[in-house]
Amino acid sequence: MFDLAGYGPQIFSGTLTTIELSVFSLLVSFLIGLCGALAKLSKNRVLRGAGTVYTTIIRGVPDLVLMLLIFYSLQIWVNDFTDWLNSLQDTYDIEVQLDPFTSGIITLGFIYGAYFTETFRGAFMAVPKGQLEAARAFGMKPALVFRRVLFPQMMRYALPGIGNNWQVILKATALVSIIGLSDVVKAAQSAGEATFRTFFFISFAGGVYLLLTIISNGVLLLLQRKYAVGVRRAVL
Amino acid sequence: MISIVQQYGLAFLCWDGYKISGLAMTLWLLIISCAIGFCLALPLSIARNARSPFVWFPVWLYTFLFRGTPLYVQLLLIYSGIYALDFIHNTPPFNEFFRQAINCTILSFALNTGAYTTEIFAGAIRETAHGEVDAALAMGMSRVTMYRRIVIPSALRRALPAYSNEVILMLHATTLAFTATVPDILKVANDAYSATYDPFDSFTAAAIIYLCVSFTLIFIFRRAEQHFLAFLKP
Repeated sequence: MFDLAGYGPQIFSGTLTTIELSVFSLLVSFLIGLCGALAKLSKNRVLRGAGTVYTTIIRGVPDLVLMLLIFYSLQIWVNDFTDWLNSLQDTYDIEVQLDPFTSGIITLGFIYGAYFTETFRGAFMAVPKGQLEAARAFGMKPALVFRRVLFPQMMRYALPGIGNNWQVILKATALVSIIGLSDVVKAAQSAGEATFRTFFFISFAGGVYLLLTIISNGVLLLLQRKYAVGVRRAVL
Repeated sequence: MISIVQQYGLAFLCWDGYKISGLAMTLWLLIISCAIGFCLALPLSIARNARSPFVWFPVWLYTFLFRGTPLYVQLLLIYSGIYALDFIHNTPPFNEFFRQAINCTILSFALNTGAYTTEIFAGAIRETAHGEVDAALAMGMSRVTMYRRIVIPSALRRALPAYSNEVILMLHATTLAFTATVPDILKVANDAYSATYDPFDSFTAAAIIYLCVSFTLIFIFRRAEQHFLAFLKP
């Protein structure tokens, strides 16, 4: 039944690529999301406007379109930039080649950063104002207020949204195989074409995604329990 | 940018010279798959809330399978996986159906959005206020009448914000059709890119069209919410 016809290692390394890609994209989008949320909530009008334009445009355009747009254009921009650097000096020959993995992380991080911005914005607003005032009254500096009071409480409100976004990112990594990354879908496709058992191998890739979904559901449940320490739930 | 619009403008909107393409194709994919998904989700969401595990378990399994795997994998499975099976190949009606890229695309999109919509509607039905059901039973309504008059209308209203999100996400998902050679907006943009080697302008043109469609959908759903959820206004 589970005869992988020698494609086992390829599919396994593809699975690892998928996991790495989603974890790195999660980190990048997490950071972009934090910065975006702080920008959207800041008093500076320019920052707020930039944050709004970013989230509106990214969430209004399909991720595949953005992925192709960024993937094909990024290399051209990088080339233009290195050409410009090379024209300034001629001791080094600078050349940067973006592989699908790196551009996958950049594009996925950039796209899902917009979704994280909205998640974090809502979570930041859910933290009671009095907590922040109390922290300031204790003489904490803004960075310390963020680290000790705002961030840990914000995470509790943000966790369901983060969980959702993580599941979406995990599934969006499948799109990166369209721009040539050898992830689990690509491995399954080539195995299927070689052995004429496309149905089996694609289902196998689907099973890998299902397994990853189940595992991440469990991890999220544990995280939720950790960040909900000390919260009394209403008993109905 | 201007030359791309001049050369591919019509293809981006509706006609590439041989068949329907671009915006018209994307909208057709969106409407037909959302319509099928809606019709699928309505009975399934009621079954999802049934008491008997023989009824709710298969529905749960369906939504779990289709929400746990990427749409791209589902499309590949239906477009290239199923057609590779001997059984399908040798049965004329199936062969006829699965040979058309657009049929496979619509089938996978409809099944996918059906799964998400089922969970949205099932959540809304589960949240029905128990007083409404008690009142309906006290009025002597049969279960069918109760669902038709009380439960479904109010659940659909409350599900509207989540459902509008799902439709927008479905619009974004229709871009995958281009991997199955269906000539939607992204396929036209990709053709323009292959012909001009200008990725930024070609894909930006597509992005602008998608942005306009997204905003139009958001506008329509906001009007619908104002109409159907007016009783919730403060």
